[in-house]
Amino acid sequence: MKPLLLSHFTATSCIGTGLSATFNSLRKQASGLKQCDFDTVDLDTWIGRVDDVDGVAMKAGMEGWDCRNNRLLQLALEQDGFGDAVRAAALRYGRDRIGVFIGTSTSGIHQTELAYRRRDGEDGALPSDFIYATTHNTFSAASFAQRYFDLQGPVTAVSSACSSSAKVFASAARMIAAGVIDAALVGGVDSLCLTTLYGFNSLGLTSSEPCRPYAAGRSGISIGEAAALALLEPAGETLPEGAVLLTGVGESSDAYHMSSPHPDGLGARIAMEKALAAAGLASADIGYINLHGTATPSNDAAEGRAVAALFGSGTPCSSTKGATGHTLGAAGGLEAVICALALRHGLLPAGVNTGALDPDLPLAYLLENREQPLRHVLSNSFGFGGTNCSLIFSRAD
Amino acid sequence: MTNLHAYIDGIGLLGPGLTGWEAGRLVLSGAQPYAAAKTALPAPAMLPAAERRRSGPLVRVALAVGVEAGAGQDLAGLATVFSSSGGDGVNCHELCEMLASNDRQVSPTRFHNSVHNAAAGYWSIGAGAMETASVLCAYDGSFGAGLLEALAQVAVDGVPVLLIAADNAYPEPLRAARPIPDEFAVGLLLSPRRGPQSIARIGAALSGLPPTVMADPALEALRGAIPAARSLPLLDALARGNPAALVLDYLEHSRLAVDVAPCAPAA
Repeated sequence: MKPLLLSHFTATSCIGTGLSATFNSLRKQASGLKQCDFDTVDLDTWIGRVDDVDGVAMKAGMEGWDCRNNRLLQLALEQDGFGDAVRAAALRYGRDRIGVFIGTSTSGIHQTELAYRRRDGEDGALPSDFIYATTHNTFSAASFAQRYFDLQGPVTAVSSACSSSAKVFASAARMIAAGVIDAALVGGVDSLCLTTLYGFNSLGLTSSEPCRPYAAGRSGISIGEAAALALLEPAGETLPEGAVLLTGVGESSDAYHMSSPHPDGLGARIAMEKALAAAGLASADIGYINLHGTATPSNDAAEGRAVAALFGSGTPCSSTKGATGHTLGAAGGLEAVICALALRHGLLPAGVNTGALDPDLPLAYLLENREQPLRHVLSNSFGFGGTNCSLIFSRAD
Repeated sequence: MTNLHAYIDGIGLLGPGLTGWEAGRLVLSGAQPYAAAKTALPAPAMLPAAERRRSGPLVRVALAVGVEAGAGQDLAGLATVFSSSGGDGVNCHELCEMLASNDRQVSPTRFHNSVHNAAAGYWSIGAGAMETASVLCAYDGSFGAGLLEALAQVAVDGVPVLLIAADNAYPEPLRAARPIPDEFAVGLLLSPRRGPQSIARIGAALSGLPPTVMADPALEALRGAIPAARSLPLLDALARGNPAALVLDYLEHSRLAVDVAPCAPAA
């Protein structure tokens, strides 16, 4: 594929609001996980909560979009001068030449969960202040981003569970290659809600300790929330020093099971192979892999086997979910930004919380940060329904 | 914008009073009168027994139109685009009702069926399809978003793409906020090259024009009531088999202008 420039990017999660705080946490190998104190949830589990969301007031004119998910998105897109970058791009390309692609899994369903607790005692009706379209609906975050910047090009939500905000890069790259748009605002946002906390708990997939990706005794996920955004533009002739490019995208489906991965990670392997082929790279060219690494026994085993089969056991890799939690539909975007920071700063982030590694997964899993220049990195995102997406990011210089 | 184009090689249709493309095209072309009736929910024969039991109405109509549009094709090898205006409303209601009660122990099946890509996941299992599956939502413009994504993929990757847009009925109390009255699903097999099965060539571009409305008041009401039925003006043109220029609903600030050129005279 023709490389695309990540001209600007930002991320907000429990390890930091904005890039600087996020990078500091990565450098310190800090985790943002804490015991679940969200809403009225009575589960013995840990979460990655963004405390700054509680203080967000929706921008004037956007009150109809008010829900935890869009507050988190607004908080994120106001960091790191990202909004100014989008507005400058809109002037440069034209508002109708920029597409918006936002990945989310549950969008603002928490708003509907709250409304269901306030049903009318007589007829069961939802409260009159409940606005389904712009708060709960899967499209709500994408329409929020489009309205916030008054962009006039194509807009869509991508919602393929935990691969959602990796796959936004694929959709945006196709739309740019087809000439429909010149640039794209891509990203992902998912926020804490009862649906995912009780849902993953029903499957026995939430851990009662901070999640431990790739550990011998790993016992499930810690659910987090995050928003991450990037501005994708064609890579011009001259690029700024340290510029980060999207150079490869690979997508596949498992055709195996709705909530369990293929045991050998066959779909995962196909996605990684396609991404390498799109980038014109060999597996030996990849200097760091940001694993999907959810810390469920089955995900890490399947992914570990697929990575070992394709890369051998020498490529440094880690899952950053021990720090951020599994941010579900935002994970692909958040980990894309972490990869961009890794490339920019030459920092290979360690997996935190893991402790003793699973001896059955022979990978060069990083338990301590490593500092070395990177050229190409790969990020994996997989999800329910057997959806897989791998992205490759590269330094331009 | 660049005009995207593709050949339509197969069509699937299920909706109120529209039971498959062969029957539906007679209604849409005016050869037979439209008679409203509850949408049929065929059992998904392509799924293994366990998955068949777990599949909800949205999955059932989505898979049915996919099988109809992809008839005669190697389904395992097809890339797919799924689009829905909000996922399974019945499942969402059941989840939210349970989470508002004193017993929050939701069922695992209920939870995995809540993902927006449930239909894509079941399709992948049923068809053995390991190719790219894009899963989109653009509220009332979801059909337009799916069509644009599928056309871009046909153009860039040069492969056939199966587009499936589907919605299901929302129960009360959600229906008061999201009044979708019944199931509707449409499948289009889009190909980069003309083949023996090709029905028509379509071209599409973003447009500021208002959407084309259906001449039949009952079909126009259907187009307005269910987001996936915003495809009806395109299906109408395909059913009549005449060259046509129409506009499909998409976003508040943008619609899709579509040209239809039939590949063979109408039967």
